[in-house]
Amino acid sequence: MSDVARASPRLPPHRERRGLDASWLVLQVALFAVIAGLIGAAGYNAAQNLAKANIAHGFGFWNNTAGFDISQTLIDYSSSTSTFGHAFWVGLLNTLLIAGVGIVLATILGFVIGIARLSRNWLVARLAGGYVEVIRNIPLLLQLLFWYNAVLKALPEMRGSIALPLGGFLNNRGLFLPKPVFAPDFEAVVIALAVGIAAAIGWRIWAKRYQARTGEQMPIVLPALAVIFGLPFIVFVVAGKPLTFGIPDMGRFNIRGGLEILPELAALLFALTVYTAAFIAEVVRAGVLAVPAGQIEAAQTLGLRAGGTLRLVVVPQAMRVIVPPLTSQYLNLIKNSSLAVAIGYPDLVQVFAGSVLNITGQAVEVIAITMAVYLFISLVTSLLMNFYGRIVAVAER
Amino acid sequence: MAAASDMTVSFLRQTPAARLPTPALRGGVAGWLRASLFSSPFNIALTLLCALLIARAVPPLIRFFLIDANWSGSDREACLPSAGNPDPGACWAFVRVWLSYFVYGFYPIGQRWRVDLFLAALALGVVWLLWLGAPRRGIGAIYFFIVLPVLSLILLAGLPAIGLSFVPTNLWGGILVTIVVATVGMVVSLPLGILLALARRSHLPMVKWLAVAFIEFVRGVPLITVLFMASVMLPLFVPEQLAPDKLVRALIGVAMFASAYMAEVVRGGLNAIPRGQYEAAEALGLSYWRMNALVILPQALRVTLPNIVNTFIGLFKDTTLVFIVGIFDFLRTVEAAHSDPRWASPEIGVTGYAFAALFYFVCCYAMSRYARRVELRLARRGGREHDRERRDG
Repeated sequence: MSDVARASPRLPPHRERRGLDASWLVLQVALFAVIAGLIGAAGYNAAQNLAKANIAHGFGFWNNTAGFDISQTLIDYSSSTSTFGHAFWVGLLNTLLIAGVGIVLATILGFVIGIARLSRNWLVARLAGGYVEVIRNIPLLLQLLFWYNAVLKALPEMRGSIALPLGGFLNNRGLFLPKPVFAPDFEAVVIALAVGIAAAIGWRIWAKRYQARTGEQMPIVLPALAVIFGLPFIVFVVAGKPLTFGIPDMGRFNIRGGLEILPELAALLFALTVYTAAFIAEVVRAGVLAVPAGQIEAAQTLGLRAGGTLRLVVVPQAMRVIVPPLTSQYLNLIKNSSLAVAIGYPDLVQVFAGSVLNITGQAVEVIAITMAVYLFISLVTSLLMNFYGRIVAVAER
Repeated sequence: MAAASDMTVSFLRQTPAARLPTPALRGGVAGWLRASLFSSPFNIALTLLCALLIARAVPPLIRFFLIDANWSGSDREACLPSAGNPDPGACWAFVRVWLSYFVYGFYPIGQRWRVDLFLAALALGVVWLLWLGAPRRGIGAIYFFIVLPVLSLILLAGLPAIGLSFVPTNLWGGILVTIVVATVGMVVSLPLGILLALARRSHLPMVKWLAVAFIEFVRGVPLITVLFMASVMLPLFVPEQLAPDKLVRALIGVAMFASAYMAEVVRGGLNAIPRGQYEAAEALGLSYWRMNALVILPQALRVTLPNIVNTFIGLFKDTTLVFIVGIFDFLRTVEAAHSDPRWASPEIGVTGYAFAALFYFVCCYAMSRYARRVELRLARRGGREHDRERRDG
């Protein structure tokens, strides 16, 4: 009792009064001074060291000629005329390519494995569980090096290429696939596809209204599929098949024509997909398990069939739990794509924080730009996530 | 009410009915098989597909890694096709020869007992800290976070004054470096993460926004860029004569990165503490620091221990990235050994990676099992407390 009595007259320092308390104000000012001092000293030292090493500063290098080659460019780029700025965009596009394709593939594989883990089939559930445990507990870099050095680099040389169906080749220089060549008329097919999708959506809206009015269900899925795929196909045939394939042609030392997928791209894509899918599988499993069993029983009591239970009751509730961690897995995949630098895939980090940094020596500017790109992607995504969270929260009571 | 007159009539059975046999297809092995493997045509197809997959994949793997593997030898001759073994499997002889390099790197052979001692001291600290029933865990924490770092620095880097010769960090390598990086990440990130988490929950705007900026910045960028920053920019930010050693730079990068993630994990634990605990601590007149140190953090850290371990698993896997800034960690020593011409043979690559994968898998899997067990224990305890509250209330 006496301890309490002695201590009690003082108000808790960190509540209510803190704005008025001079000591907390002093602390904050001191903290600010220390941080500002450290940044100032770092800046001063950096300026001194850079001047001593005779390295320029500022972003003037952006428009200088790059003078180095990049093995994969989605936009026009040549080492003799393009600038460091061009190199930046080439790297960024390569990063976005791997991120986009990787996210799609990892989502598909992850959902399949996550659902397989929940399967009532013992063997399927065990296999999926084993996959998740093994893949999650081995570093991504190790997996990446394994796919690149031990699998893809061990493929036969150019002369012993493995022939794939449809005229593709696989060897240690990459994967060579038929390349689609679009004739000008192909636009009509794309327009037909858009019209088909619009028609399918319109049909669904009408069918729902019709059901609300009359209680009669109209088939939705089959007509929608028919119009989405049928219409472009008819236009495709009518327009005289405006799509041909450039088949890769194997010469003595080189393969010409066709679509070339670098082994670096393939290895990175494979490793990122396999690795991220294991994490997505866990997210999916947790999301589905988060739907209470009573919800499913209630849906069955109402007479919904298995498909309806899944589509109308389980998935909407599971998605609410799945989407936020799924997004953070997408962000992880984007950030992990920077491991490209270990195998020499020309992504943003390899091109910009690698080649450009080595040539210009402007570490501060180059690293800052690289980090800013990733930071921008992360912040935009988390803003969207907050937005999504608010929408979902409104749906709740 | 009319039934009351019939009360004397016995309508209950006096003896239990004879037990019916279990339905043939529900219980027992056959029932289990039917329910879990062959319940529908689709399930039968899935089961057959999986069985086929296992039958196709497992025997070749066993043959490659065990039956056809070469276990001893001193150069590539041991792992080349021979009359007795025309299609050789994994080349474990390579791992055996290189094993000491994988563990110690180029650490001087006469001084390797220091590494062994360090690993033993570390193991003691880890067991003390992670075994929830260990005696005097408070002292264990002091040992792990204060005594061990100093002891390790003296042991590994050397202190000529007491007869331990100086070993420059460019000779360190292999599992030693992997464990040093992971341990430094852990020892720095937990205290720093706690401070950052408290700062982020602080009511002082300056403190709060600095913490938020640091945490969100580090979590928003890939570890590689943080490592690049540490290894390229850090030397620019200090006077030339103070430029830190290459390994130290990577350690700073890893510690920064781990701290930001640890801060979020600790914050999650802090959020789980009911408001009443704060109010009770304040009612007792505890100051901010004593409240956190004596009441809040002990509970928050206990609740979030599984998450801390999971973060550490991530950190342990991420240590491989120091490879990219030129540090000879375990993975890099494996990679370096692959290019040894005396061992050049097609199986070396797979063997080396398999060995490395086994090492990381065993470490990470053990940690994740531990986290799972702590989680179950916490859930059980939580359940018990919940029951008690309901009984009392």
